[in-house]
Amino acid sequence: MPAVTETIDAVQSVTHSTYKYGFETEIDMDFAPKGLNEDIVRFISAKKGEPAWLLEWRLKAFALWKTMAEPRWAAVKFPPIDYQDAYYYAAPKKKDGPKSLDEVDPELLRTYEKLGIPLKEQAILAGVEGAGESPAEGRMPVAVDAVFDSVSVATTFKDRLEKEGIIFCSISEAVRNHPELVRQYLGSVVPQGDNFYAALNSAVFTDGSFVYIPKGVRCPMELSTYFRINAKSTGQFERTLIIADTGAHVSYLEGCTAPMRDENQLHAAVVELVALDDATIKYSTVQNWYPGDENGKGGIYNFVTKRGACRGARSKISWTQVETGSAITWKYPSCILQGDDSVGEFYSVAITNNWQQADTGTKMFHIGRNTRSTIISKGISAGQGQNTYRGLVKISPKASNARNFTQCDSLLIGDKCGAHTVPYIENRCMTAKVEHEATTSRIAEDQLFYCRQRGLSEEDAVGLIVNGFCREVLKELPMEFAVEAQKLLQISLEGSVG
Amino acid sequence: MSATGDIVTAGNALTEPGAAGFLQRYEGLRARFPGQRLPWLAARREAAAEAFRAQGFPTRRVEAWKYTDLAPLTQAGFGEALTSVDGALPLPRAAAPRRVVFVDGRFRADLSDPEAPVRNLADHLGAAEGLLGSLARTEDLPLVALNTAMFEDGALIDLAAGEDGGVVELLHVTLADRPVAVHPRHLVRLGAGAKLVLIERNWGHGEGRYLNSPVLEFEVAAEAHVTHARLQQEGKGGIHLSTVFARVAEGGTYDSFLLHAGAKLARSEAHVTLAGPKAAAHLNGAQLLGDGQHGDCTTFLEHSAPDCPSRQTVKTVLAGKSRGVFQGKILVDQIAQRTDGYQMNQALLLSDQAEIDSKPQLEIYADDVKCSHGATVGELDENQVFYMRSRGIPEATARSLLIEAFLQEAVEGVTDETARAALAEAVAGWWEKVA
Amino acid sequence: MLKIEGLTAEVEGKEILKGIDLEVPTGEIHAIMGPNGSGKSTLSYVLSGREGYEITGGSATFNGQDLLAMEPEERAAAGLFLAFQYPVELPGVGNANFLRTALNAIRRGKGEPELDAMQFLKLARERMKALSMPEDMLKRGVNVGFSGGEKKRNEVLQMALLNPSLAILDETDSGLDIDALKIVAEGVNAMRGPNFSSLVITHYQRLLDYIVPDRVHVLMNGRIVQSGGPELAKQLEAGGYNSVQAA
Repeated sequence: MPAVTETIDAVQSVTHSTYKYGFETEIDMDFAPKGLNEDIVRFISAKKGEPAWLLEWRLKAFALWKTMAEPRWAAVKFPPIDYQDAYYYAAPKKKDGPKSLDEVDPELLRTYEKLGIPLKEQAILAGVEGAGESPAEGRMPVAVDAVFDSVSVATTFKDRLEKEGIIFCSISEAVRNHPELVRQYLGSVVPQGDNFYAALNSAVFTDGSFVYIPKGVRCPMELSTYFRINAKSTGQFERTLIIADTGAHVSYLEGCTAPMRDENQLHAAVVELVALDDATIKYSTVQNWYPGDENGKGGIYNFVTKRGACRGARSKISWTQVETGSAITWKYPSCILQGDDSVGEFYSVAITNNWQQADTGTKMFHIGRNTRSTIISKGISAGQGQNTYRGLVKISPKASNARNFTQCDSLLIGDKCGAHTVPYIENRCMTAKVEHEATTSRIAEDQLFYCRQRGLSEEDAVGLIVNGFCREVLKELPMEFAVEAQKLLQISLEGSVG
Repeated sequence: MSATGDIVTAGNALTEPGAAGFLQRYEGLRARFPGQRLPWLAARREAAAEAFRAQGFPTRRVEAWKYTDLAPLTQAGFGEALTSVDGALPLPRAAAPRRVVFVDGRFRADLSDPEAPVRNLADHLGAAEGLLGSLARTEDLPLVALNTAMFEDGALIDLAAGEDGGVVELLHVTLADRPVAVHPRHLVRLGAGAKLVLIERNWGHGEGRYLNSPVLEFEVAAEAHVTHARLQQEGKGGIHLSTVFARVAEGGTYDSFLLHAGAKLARSEAHVTLAGPKAAAHLNGAQLLGDGQHGDCTTFLEHSAPDCPSRQTVKTVLAGKSRGVFQGKILVDQIAQRTDGYQMNQALLLSDQAEIDSKPQLEIYADDVKCSHGATVGELDENQVFYMRSRGIPEATARSLLIEAFLQEAVEGVTDETARAALAEAVAGWWEKVA
Repeated sequence: MLKIEGLTAEVEGKEILKGIDLEVPTGEIHAIMGPNGSGKSTLSYVLSGREGYEITGGSATFNGQDLLAMEPEERAAAGLFLAFQYPVELPGVGNANFLRTALNAIRRGKGEPELDAMQFLKLARERMKALSMPEDMLKRGVNVGFSGGEKKRNEVLQMALLNPSLAILDETDSGLDIDALKIVAEGVNAMRGPNFSSLVITHYQRLLDYIVPDRVHVLMNGRIVQSGGPELAKQLEAGGYNSVQAA
């Protein structure tokens, strides 16, 4: 990912452990008291100087959350989470939000350097005053919003984007500066009471990214958010809202890491996308949260709700995800295809090694006519990992000529892991066509031997074959992300063969 | 029809709706169930009744029942089939040279071929101890619990090693002139290398409401081969809820085909375990659903030994306001290396009021496996219809031919000719009838 | 030089190689001929280190190194190349990426600098041109959707790129038409030189019209039963394998 390009090399020297992002940054933090109650919700809202309507919105979410239970249908196992034993607000101590990069805590900037995010470099290139930037080394410029624990710390390339009328900022800032947009769209795709984790997020979200692309504008660069959980015992609850107005076009990247810790940390994000007529949103994720150690200790619980609404005719939302990290992944980036001729896509690679568990997939709701969706899912299980594809294709009676094609392939490495496929197909439209294919296989012995005969080590051979297995998904990623993702796949599988 | 036999009308009142009504029936009949003198059986019935009491009828909140609502069953009252009917019955033409007949859950010796290798369970319960409930779980399957508590009769087929049972039709007729609830229990055991072709036919006479809820258990020993063709042709108001269990030992084959053609509400579950190396299972099926019908084909196939192949092709054709459900799970245990599993389900929607819900599922814990599944949903190809019509074939015939062609792949899997002919007959002309 | 002494090997408990003695001096090309089931492919797999073959006795050294103790990739880095009878398909793995990864792995093994993408492409294009291979084969998945002839040509291309000092050609001629056969033979002949040796395993004499061997060995029932000059191949062609057995 641009946010992390070159990360591997940069970080390998930092830690010798298998997880390359496992360092912690010592920064003076500002915490809310542990636990969760209405006062904490009020505290967060007050801390962020929010308007009354948003506090009410949060309180409603909290009230709903209290009546809900954790979902238990996913094929994942974990001990009960004590929601009172976590901090719901942790921010780098600052009197005010940073006005420019110079105000950002230098320790924090060093963290991002370790991660390979060329924040500073980009800011300079962009010119803090926003003049005369040129992309470094011929690379596409990438605007980055970095979220550290709960708070957005820096957003780059803002000035250049503003010229195009594009809003790219932290959601807190959007609440202050563009309340009408936030109020109109927040919760319109994922309502507060949508599910347990979404309700929790709605009550306590602290930051996240906000993007608005105005009518007819094609965003001139990739937008990227970089998430990192740093503080102990914190949950991260970011909230991302992206709106592509009529005819707009945007590609958005998201990357994540966290330090190594023995405890499990909760990450319950919500992402909402809205695409109006003829708009396109491409949302790519490379998720590399700390997966826990080889004995299954520690790691992030990645329980996120991502959903996009293709509200307009001919709109398109495309999700691409490479899920290599987290102890448990529970996420189903979905598309509500309301507009006629709208298109939903889901491309996914999920790797579970050691004791990782993933239950991931998508939901495609075909509501408008001639709506089309494509689902390509590649699951790779190694070690004791459990990998489940769970998906729903639902076609309403009015979605005439709707089309869906789904392909789910699973690859097993070793005999102690599991691969599961649970697709639901619900069709109420005669003229719809739905196709689903799934296969399960392992790396064939003759493929490994062939590669080794040509001089590749067993691990490199596995990496090559796995990358080949995932090619259909990886090619959907923006170029720089794809290189990073390929390396990550190989690193994630270390120790799974031999 | 004339009912001249041993007529008993007393107590033929309907129970209250829901599980409570069935439990009332159980209490009322407990002392009179066949085999109640056998302590193991009485205890088993009692435990099953308890399991049913604890679970009740499944609701749609239960994942396995997400798509099938039992309201037509739980919101109505049912009665005991106390009237035994004698004399001539309007039976369907025999599908096999040897036929045994059950009416309203009870064996009818007068209509059955004495040469068939079948005994009636009610009179031979002593021989069923090791078989009854050896596969059928009650703790999480309330309908099986209910059947175990309340069955009165059924077929007992116990073939010795190497025995060839030939082709047998097992016909169950329900007379839908009263809302009866019957729970037949059929037990089949094949010794090593034995063979059997069983055409199980559930046939309804009349249009009224009734429940037929059979449970079948198949023990298939090493190298034995059973073909199980199941023709569900219940009456229009019938509710058919059946559950089949099969365990297949090394080198054995359970080859089944399910046809859902009748009933207002039908669900057939199959739980098949491939327990020995190189055991094989075919779980093919077809559902032909017209206006007002609901058909649910649910299968659970466990590969618990290495080198086992399994094949499943299920086709659903939906017309009018109908709903079809396919749920198929393949579980591959860690030990089941070199599993070769294939599952395909396809649906054809002929109406804009029909709905298909499909949930094929793979759960795999072994790494050296070849498993695939596929699902497609679509409509008839209008180009093909037009092409046939342009060659002079009437539209209804053209559609009918295309539907039969669609079903062909599933029916082809049935290797026994008698069974295949029975299926072909049941399928033929379906479209002309519903259109 | 490749030196095999008293090599015996089993597959699933069945003895296939029953004591092979063979020396291929550097710079020479030797052919191994034999009927189906004589152990030809087993010999090539044992030499290249495929799993599933149990070595029960004897030795095989390559330039003094104990081949049998090495991992397959170590043998490859040491200069041993096996052209597969049935080249394996690697779906999704681009041919160019695969070739470059392999080439660089072997160059690393030899202590040579790795090639970057541009250097590699230049080299690959040259070699492909020489083998009359269309350039789009670089973009396709390794052997995926290749015809039988394309797969074999791809093997020869890899050989040309990886520049081994010992190439084992396992029935590379099977399934090839005469034009493809000539291309393959040219590929091998082009490598001939004082630092290259090859073991050409074949059922038929046909290939040996184009790759003229220094020595021919007849493998039957797990043993080399006869050795001779190129004329031995002609003799087999005329009299069949029975003529050897009788001899």
